[in-house]
Amino acid sequence: MLLIHCPYCGETLPELEFAYAGEAHVVRPDPSTASDEQWRDFLFIRSNAKGPHAERWRHIHGCGRFFNAVRDTVSDRFLATYPAGTPRPDLSLSEDER
Amino acid sequence: MTKFSAFSLLKNAVTGNRGWTEQWPDAEPKKEYDVVIVGAGGHGLGAAYYLAREHGITNVAVIEKGWLGGGNTGRNTTIIRSNYLYDESAKLYDHALDLWEGLSQELNYNVMFSRRGVLMLAHNVHDVQSFQRHVHSNRLNGVDNTWLSPREAKAFCPILNIDESARYPVLGAALQRRAGTARHDAVAWGYARGATARGVDIVQNCPVTAIRRGPDGAVEGVETGRGFIRAKKVAVSAAGHTSVVMESAGVRLPLESYPLQALVSEPVKPCMPCVVMSNAVHAYMSQSDKGELVIGSGTDQYTSYSQRGGLPLIEHTLAAICEIFPTVTRMRMLRKWAGIVDVTPDRSAILGKTPVPGLYVNCGWGTGGFKATPGAAHVLAWTVARDEPHPINAPFTLERFTTGRLIDEAAAAAVAH
Repeated sequence: MLLIHCPYCGETLPELEFAYAGEAHVVRPDPSTASDEQWRDFLFIRSNAKGPHAERWRHIHGCGRFFNAVRDTVSDRFLATYPAGTPRPDLSLSEDER
Repeated sequence: MTKFSAFSLLKNAVTGNRGWTEQWPDAEPKKEYDVVIVGAGGHGLGAAYYLAREHGITNVAVIEKGWLGGGNTGRNTTIIRSNYLYDESAKLYDHALDLWEGLSQELNYNVMFSRRGVLMLAHNVHDVQSFQRHVHSNRLNGVDNTWLSPREAKAFCPILNIDESARYPVLGAALQRRAGTARHDAVAWGYARGATARGVDIVQNCPVTAIRRGPDGAVEGVETGRGFIRAKKVAVSAAGHTSVVMESAGVRLPLESYPLQALVSEPVKPCMPCVVMSNAVHAYMSQSDKGELVIGSGTDQYTSYSQRGGLPLIEHTLAAICEIFPTVTRMRMLRKWAGIVDVTPDRSAILGKTPVPGLYVNCGWGTGGFKATPGAAHVLAWTVARDEPHPINAPFTLERFTTGRLIDEAAAAAVAH
């Protein structure tokens, strides 16, 4: 069972309260100028990182809000969670420096 | 290598079984090969076998980071079927099923292919309509599939609960009689034996860390834990780790790797004559020849490379199994595990050439690669040998994610593959 910290509720809760929502920070290209390759990258290509992976989660059985997380996909350990719309934290820095 | 026959079995039985020889040798890698295959699962070993057997290419190495057949080949629930909706998929999986039927004879190795039938349960009106559409589509493609009433389904699988008040009522079922199961390990072992007998090297405990490309962009070989191995052609068949290996060659794939869990019960006397799948509740069950009930679930919701998966999903699957088969409610479960499956956005495989000359890929089988093993291996060998796809795998290109010509089994087949 994963234990996930909701950055809005400020609580660490079991994975049953959350829904996974795919890779985070995937930016939609400008529809008026995007090429087929850009659409492919946006729609289908994902980093599928082995190691730290930025991803979206939703606290469906809590506040209902989306947030982002960095999770190590080898150990499944959560390295950080942060509100949607904020940049991916630099995990090489200490918590105070971020 | 001993050829298996009634005579050799008898001879070894009366001489204390001391005459059996090694089935395949573990090789030290040479400096150079015509073809290097990354991943010694059923698909990779099979491709090596067909390269040697059908195309006369024997200077081949299959390189495996762990042990032979230790990835998803040894972790699946061994279900084999071909009742896919679309023409492209039906042709591919039925090609595999044709090869499954003669595989034990072909390899002189018993893969224990058993045509016990796969029953897919319909629990709601949508399931009924969708499965009946599948039955019709399959028949047009020459794939056997029949629609059964709840009572016919119960006659075929007596431990099924068809009570109208059941939590998951059975409104009917689609039955593919030609479908069934096989001994997953034996598939890898049989292909390994057949390939090495024709000169293929199998290198275990040797991770491929990167694919090296020359100044012209073409493949030069692979970097491994035991040094660089030069190769004219490289075929990657590494399941959940395919995107990691391919990224080193600069090819980004539309893949995400998820854990897919399975578990087995304590062994009991034969109680289940077929495979039952329930796509709506993600529960799959059959009985192995050892007597264990083999239970499969759906993928975990999050991507991961940990071959473990979460307990909530197992609980969900077993809750459904207990409702569908009330007789098993007090069975004890012995083991559970997960394999890392590479899932594409349209839930169909990617099998063919890549933008890199000399680099081929066989991936994206998601939750259902085992059933395709002989077919995928056969057409992958063709593609590598001739540098062009076989007509069967021609639609399963990487380019379809740019052109939009998807093979969208995700929506069509509900979820399970």
